[in-house]
Amino acid sequence: MSTRTGLILRHEFLHTIKKKGFIILTLAIPVVILLGIGIFKLASNVVMPSATVTRIGYVDHIGGFDPLYETAAIELIRMESEEAATEALTAGELDEYFVIPADYVATGTVARYTLDKELAPPLAVSAAIEGFLDSNLLASEVPPELIGRVLTPTSILTTTLTPEGAVAEDQGGFTNFIIPALFGALLAIALNVSANYVLQSLGEEKENRLMEILLSTVSPGQLLTGKLLGRGAAGLLQVLIWAVSIPLLLRLASATIGGLVSSIQLPPGLLVLGVVYFILGYLLFAVVSLAIAAICSTVREAQGLAPLFTLAAIAPFWFVSLLMFFPNSPIWVVFSIVPFSAPVLMMLRLGITGVPAWQLAASMAVLVASVLGGLWIATKLLRIYLLMYGKRPRIREIVRALRAG
Amino acid sequence: MKAVEVEHLFKSYSGKVAVHDLSFAVSSGEVLGLIGPNGAGKTTTIRMMMDIIQPDAGRVEIFGEVPSQATKGRLGYMPEERGLYKKLSVIETISYLASLKGMDPRTIESEADALLERTGMLANKKKRIEELSKGMSQIIQLIVTIVHDPELVILDEPFAGLDPVNTERVKQLLLDLRERGKAVILSTHQMNQVEAVCDRILMVNDGRSVLYGALDEIRAQHRGHAVLVESDAEIPQVAGVVERRTHKDHVELVLDAASTPQRTLEALVQAGVPIDRFEVATPSLHEIFLLKVGGDAHVD
Repeated sequence: MSTRTGLILRHEFLHTIKKKGFIILTLAIPVVILLGIGIFKLASNVVMPSATVTRIGYVDHIGGFDPLYETAAIELIRMESEEAATEALTAGELDEYFVIPADYVATGTVARYTLDKELAPPLAVSAAIEGFLDSNLLASEVPPELIGRVLTPTSILTTTLTPEGAVAEDQGGFTNFIIPALFGALLAIALNVSANYVLQSLGEEKENRLMEILLSTVSPGQLLTGKLLGRGAAGLLQVLIWAVSIPLLLRLASATIGGLVSSIQLPPGLLVLGVVYFILGYLLFAVVSLAIAAICSTVREAQGLAPLFTLAAIAPFWFVSLLMFFPNSPIWVVFSIVPFSAPVLMMLRLGITGVPAWQLAASMAVLVASVLGGLWIATKLLRIYLLMYGKRPRIREIVRALRAG
Repeated sequence: MKAVEVEHLFKSYSGKVAVHDLSFAVSSGEVLGLIGPNGAGKTTTIRMMMDIIQPDAGRVEIFGEVPSQATKGRLGYMPEERGLYKKLSVIETISYLASLKGMDPRTIESEADALLERTGMLANKKKRIEELSKGMSQIIQLIVTIVHDPELVILDEPFAGLDPVNTERVKQLLLDLRERGKAVILSTHQMNQVEAVCDRILMVNDGRSVLYGALDEIRAQHRGHAVLVESDAEIPQVAGVVERRTHKDHVELVLDAASTPQRTLEALVQAGVPIDRFEVATPSLHEIFLLKVGGDAHVD
């Protein structure tokens, strides 16, 4: 790398990482996660009630319904009549009550009464009432030791094996989608932001009429390379900060929040692939941004054109539900190889399903070829249009200019 | 070896001729004035010297070499389109652009300070470019152009928009560059500045060379057949004068082909005219410019 390219690289890198917007965005993601953990912890302590027993009364118009098993949190109390239940409710002796009507077996409906205004019955209460009713309905037909099995939903434990029959390291699962989805989202943000920095950098130099001074000192190739690498290094730094901080924060979240978060694992190799796709994706979007900045006279004009390409990075998220259920559909395979959508879409697919090695290789090869092709076009456009201002050239004119060289 | 040698240079854009068969040279320790109306091809010629665009035909040599990245470090160029990094400070801007020119980072600040002091800009060293006035930005742009001590300096309209004080500072800087043996190409529409600092001129119009040579010789070549007379008394009509032009403090007498300034002086003395000043009229560069390029001209 020439000294001049190195100087431009250093200037662009330092200029980018010192920008307020860059610092805020880089720190915002980890800080938001950290805040989320803290707020959740705080809210849990305030919102979750201390262990109390919920007293639920019931009026049985059929007869024969008795509490067959007890739970620590809920006490079911038989009431003689609805009037008695209402009186006990208003007196604070009950938390709520329900009525089993005479036609319950035919209709399946019970009437529930509470003093609380709520969107839906609390899950624990619904589960307790359903369990009470189901266990009583089954009591005469099913041995007591089987009632629990009938009432408890079946738990299916899946183990993924390798083609050789060994237990696979990556067991998949919904929680394993979270990390790649997060990476994919961060990748989309990083690609858009980094490409925008490149576009702004060249666009501002062109708009501020700095181009002629720069071109009298460095070649278009040195200028382009220095900007690509400098701004790219800043973007990579941002991604690496996220890549390092987010797993640490998730571990902290696991210890603090537990539950679903504690089962999240970082799939092996994902970090490496994430960095690779960031580098290739950034280079592609950056050369396109440079080409756009070269043909436009102002930054605003260039920023108006950029979304035509950068939206492709975000588009996979519009179809994430379809992607989750049909991750190996041919359409997703194709778009995992099409350059502009490949980086983010491939990251999402990696979190959902195993992606064959040939698809990974094909998408990377196409990305590399696209970057090289884009670089050739961008360099040519830079040479032709960097000192031209005024009306933006039409596509026809650009193609003619590229052919003429 | 000449600092710049240009021979039979051609350049066209989409069929329109921008530069046609241009040839000239610039030596070290010399200031060449590159003048011409708008669209004459001056900037295109400069860009070919700077290796920003390639000629269609012809030869350009900078210090005996074809323009390349290697020669760029020996040049300083101040384009007509002014532009600096608005958000950077003065010293940051100078440092970055000087480092791109290959200047030793350890000496940049001291060299920059010296030039800032010389131009009265030292107090603005840490200010951002966007905080400076247009004239101040222009001075900074000039400093950026010469801070790395280039051997060839090309300045495109360096006086535009400057107040008289800064104009004088820039002029002194140019003269100093010449004294130190630098080659300078000055492109400007301000003919008075060309007359003040340039040794030779190249006048171009429609991409072609119209005048080329030492300034004194060109003015002498275009010396008209006229005399300037200053007197407190009314100047009578004398033989051999075909036209009188009255100016603020003198009268210009245009002579016919047969007359000479000597005979006209004798005639006036014989007529008893008290003469305070008698001078053979030499046209200004402004007048020569208008004469040569006619209606295409835009001159300040």
